[in-house]
Amino acid sequence: MELSFSLLVQQLFIGLALGSIYVLIGVGLSLIFGLLTVVNFAHGAFYMVGAYVAVYIFEKTGNFWACLVLVPLAVGALGLATERWLVRPLYGRGLDYPLLLTFGLAYVLVDSVRMIFGVQGEHFSTPELLQGTVDMGFGPFPIYRIFLVGLCATLLLALWLFIEKTRLGLIVRAGSRDPLVLKVLGIDVDRVWLLIFGIGTALAGLAGLLAAPLRGVNPEMGGPVLIEAFVITVIGGMGSLVGAIVAGLLVGVVVAMTTLFQPELAELSIFALMALVLIVRPNGLFGREGLMS
Amino acid sequence: MKSQALLTVRKLEAWYGRSHILQGIDLEIHAGEIVCIIGRNGAGKTTTMRSIMGLMDKARGSVHFDGHSLLEMAPHRRYHLGLAYVFEERRIVPGLTVLENIRLGIIASRHRERERHIIDEIAETFPRLQERLSQMAATMSGGEQQMLAIARAMAADPKLIMLDEPSEGIMPVLVDEMFELFTKLKKAGKTLLLVEQNVELALSIADRAYIMDQGSMVHHAPAAELLKDQAIQERYCSV
Repeated sequence: MELSFSLLVQQLFIGLALGSIYVLIGVGLSLIFGLLTVVNFAHGAFYMVGAYVAVYIFEKTGNFWACLVLVPLAVGALGLATERWLVRPLYGRGLDYPLLLTFGLAYVLVDSVRMIFGVQGEHFSTPELLQGTVDMGFGPFPIYRIFLVGLCATLLLALWLFIEKTRLGLIVRAGSRDPLVLKVLGIDVDRVWLLIFGIGTALAGLAGLLAAPLRGVNPEMGGPVLIEAFVITVIGGMGSLVGAIVAGLLVGVVVAMTTLFQPELAELSIFALMALVLIVRPNGLFGREGLMS
Repeated sequence: MKSQALLTVRKLEAWYGRSHILQGIDLEIHAGEIVCIIGRNGAGKTTTMRSIMGLMDKARGSVHFDGHSLLEMAPHRRYHLGLAYVFEERRIVPGLTVLENIRLGIIASRHRERERHIIDEIAETFPRLQERLSQMAATMSGGEQQMLAIARAMAADPKLIMLDEPSEGIMPVLVDEMFELFTKLKKAGKTLLLVEQNVELALSIADRAYIMDQGSMVHHAPAAELLKDQAIQERYCSV
């Protein structure tokens, strides 16, 4: 294999596209952990459900753009119901209760999808408009992956504006530091948590849809993603949004580069990266001390 | 006092987990009063305030505020009835500016459309905060943070403000400034419930005082009377 500069740049960009999906998953997981201190083991299952909802909607409408709007809404609604009726009764009982609950919920979701759609998996093709390649100066590059990077950047910008510039965003920032003080200032913290869980799961569902054309759709697809998402939040620092973004992109690039040189080590590489980061910075790149205490 | 009390507490008991802290206390506060609770550390003063605000694991008895029964009500709804609480540890939110901390007090209230106006008023009342609005709140001194905590609690124009050890760890100049503010608030018609280690200072501005010991109210008298009674001060307040 001849290594050229353009090949490296191409692979770097592939890594960023892959990283964009990681970022969406990692940000969702990190939001939920940072504010609700819920370690959401069903996050991978919500991602998988997102992909299946996309398969279903695409079958009915044949419209990818409809999927793009409806999938996050549907998975977000499932997330709202989960927080309201399953997770909420467990607040104040320690980390392990919601952890075990979401762990079990993941199995329920996977088996439900197996019963409805079967175990064989589904194909999800890249939407026509986004098929093909475009020359970006360093050789041909798939349009769909450019779309991924652009969409992810847009969503992150929207999320940033929401958190930094809106009233609700101010409540979210304060709530990540001190939920008790919000209660005595007249803020209904339960409603804020509900919203955050909904946004986090909606992002996971959207990531499932976006990954479907690249990775295919099957009931077990959430498993490895959950592990990758945890690795990302650990590298970035538990509960840190900036950390999840940086770590997601970093993991994407590391996986893509390892694939170029030693494809069989690609899966291993993210754990090596995690170990390296933890040795140098035990709280992750952007982690605060004491979040778990 | 003949008028209907603003806050009436009857036979209030409260628990932290399994420990039974309040043993059935009675307390009454009328509109426009400054009332203080004094007593040793661990007497149950903070717990009394936390129970009124709804922050205990379990509470029994009755708490009525401005015509509403509070015991089953969530803390955020008590705030909207006009009840504000300043924590002993102040709980300024780190990572936010002074202005953002103040905004938290208005953000969920019916006054939020008048946010700009309210911030201007607060800046006038608290000149020390005015020049620091865009500063990170956690970088301010303890006294300034206490002022901020009070300003934040006042932002939604509460009827009763509960202050837990406001003078603790603050330099004397600021303590005087703060107590002058309390007197001004009283003149403006506010009602204050004060828990304070600085007994003489607290009694000098209060109308009435309750003395607590081991989770019960053991004595209750006009502040002026207690101020003169060295014996009772020594018995219940010496650390």
